[in-house]
Amino acid sequence: MNTGDLYNLTKSPPIKSTQELRKISTAYFKDLEASSNDPNQKIAWCSSVGPAELLLALGFKVYYPENHTAMLGTSRLANKYIPAAIAQGYSPEICSYLTSDIGAFLHKETPFTKAYGLKEVPKPDVLAFNTNQCRDIQDWFNWYSKKLNIPIIGINSPSFVDDVKENHIHSVVTQLKDMIPVLEKISDQSFEKKKLNHIVNLSFQCSEKWQEVLETAKVAPSPITFWDSCIHMLPAVVLRGSQIAIDYYKMLKEELIERIENNEAAVPNEEFRIYWEGMPIWGKIRSLSEHLCDSQTSVVASTYCSSWIFTDLGSSTNEPFTNMAKAYTKLFINRSESSKEDYLIDKFKTFNIDGVIFHNARTCPNNSNTNYGMPKRLENRQNIPSIVIDADLNDLNVYSEEQTKTKIDAFVEQLAGV
Amino acid sequence: MLDSILYAGIDIGSSYTKVVLIDQNNDIQGSNIDFSGIKLHSAAETSLKAALPKNTNLTAVKKIVTTGFGRKIPAINQIPFANITEISCSAKAAQLFYPNKTLTIIDIGGQDTKIISMRNGKRTNFKMNRKCAAGTGTFIEELALKLRIDLGEMNTLASKSTNPEKISSYCTVFAASEVLSRIRKGAKIEDMIYGAFYSIVNRVLEIDTINTDVVLTGGLIAYNPIIADIFKEVLGKSMLLPPSPQLFVALGAALYASQLK
Ligand code: SF4
Repeated sequence: MNTGDLYNLTKSPPIKSTQELRKISTAYFKDLEASSNDPNQKIAWCSSVGPAELLLALGFKVYYPENHTAMLGTSRLANKYIPAAIAQGYSPEICSYLTSDIGAFLHKETPFTKAYGLKEVPKPDVLAFNTNQCRDIQDWFNWYSKKLNIPIIGINSPSFVDDVKENHIHSVVTQLKDMIPVLEKISDQSFEKKKLNHIVNLSFQCSEKWQEVLETAKVAPSPITFWDSCIHMLPAVVLRGSQIAIDYYKMLKEELIERIENNEAAVPNEEFRIYWEGMPIWGKIRSLSEHLCDSQTSVVASTYCSSWIFTDLGSSTNEPFTNMAKAYTKLFINRSESSKEDYLIDKFKTFNIDGVIFHNARTCPNNSNTNYGMPKRLENRQNIPSIVIDADLNDLNVYSEEQTKTKIDAFVEQLAGV
Repeated sequence: MLDSILYAGIDIGSSYTKVVLIDQNNDIQGSNIDFSGIKLHSAAETSLKAALPKNTNLTAVKKIVTTGFGRKIPAINQIPFANITEISCSAKAAQLFYPNKTLTIIDIGGQDTKIISMRNGKRTNFKMNRKCAAGTGTFIEELALKLRIDLGEMNTLASKSTNPEKISSYCTVFAASEVLSRIRKGAKIEDMIYGAFYSIVNRVLEIDTINTDVVLTGGLIAYNPIIADIFKEVLGKSMLLPPSPQLFVALGAALYASQLK
């Protein structure tokens, strides 16, 4: 299957910093491969909004399976692998990240081979999750824990939180601290608060810079789209806690500012500004970005890409556990309906949004805010029109190209007053 | 008719291609309905030619708007054209028949169903069925196939129902099996078919809330007026039925064509 260039999935004018992105991503994966072959270097698998800083502070190299699955989606390989996991007893209705990842493992294949020359995914020494995103992540990691006989640890976060209170933070801080002895034993390194503080601070700076990149889209015409951000978010996920990610976003932001100064738009002749709520449909990024670009419609902001803005990582100095607990509990996905609505309304205003596309992802209800009446409630509160697209993050069997494009076209016609 | 100027709306649906030709006064001068088949462009061209009034040839058609599932076909005979979604075309036709009205259009098509909200003649919102044939024309087509009943007979049979049955399955495939097995157990065929129409109405009403007058359009309505009766029963008000519900979208497209620059 021709998977194309995974760094260049949009029709927008190419972002020059992508060259650097390729370089740092390749270096990250090569380093993981080397670590995987080095018995003295321990590797932790971590959920994408999991306790990465703690793992880094204890000397682990951190690998994020969700990055792998996004790649399975983007390269349209997911549907090749999902059936193998279904045959293991996993329902096709549950997380297609889980099913495609386990399926790829069973097939002994990975898109890392083609993209970065890795023979296989890096072998874990420990699996660390946080249920702040969903329960599927725990089931997913549990499968590997049993299969590879690897210890699994995690944080069971309070979920559907309205106001994040002291008791929520206390519970997460306690769980983070409880992880330390287990991790120390595996890594054979002693915990140092100073080191954690330093790494949390680096993550915070990365988050700040990533936010600045995303916020360049406040300008009309926007220099960047959601589709671009889906690719350029990689360092915010896998390299947070390092200077490399901070430097990368400084560079990217400079380029985007230059675009703004030169009036260079991501979508030439931008007419409408759209907010994307929900997961990307990874295998359709190119086709949807081209389709919307042709309609002079720029998807300028999204909840998904903003999920790696962790403002609270910098909330107090020398309190790394509290900062982590706050950042990873206040996450959008983990919040009550009304907190989510307030968050979204704020985003619509910040980015001067004309319309909203909600993605109802069949296998990720956690990241789909369409099932409990939110689109209608938001329309009533804000008078910003919206549509719902029924699809999935990775399972393209539940996606109808024709129906989706007709919905989008009709929506754009509606915005244009046709 | 040799010197006439015509505007064409071509609605290329998943099952049928519908054409409406209007003149400069928005009066209908011709129409045609044909199977879409596999070659959408040639179906559209053949249908367009078939819709032409007597002694008129294709050169009379000055502008075309294509719409529907197959709307993105290349130009026909190099006649200037645009493609616009069936949602906008429905709203356009509604503006002609019901100017400045606040209403809801329910368009039940072969593979999807749309609910379009209009406020004071302006389209404000639309919703489509989820990716599932429940609540679309396919539901009835599948059932007719399973029961080996001519599609055209379904309405007549349903109207003979005296004790309508409810179908509990949501899925089109399961619903057809359910109908068959209940008929085998003694349920009357006409009561089950009525139940199938009833189920379509229920599925449609799950797509959105409806608080205004309702216009019913689409091929299913055209051939099965019993659906309008069921909507009336469920919503407690009469339905507005345009003169040719199946040509409604094509008419909207023709109206757009007449305004193309
Ligand atoms: S949040 Fe959704 S996509 Fe991510 S692991 Fe959980 S179920 Fe899967």
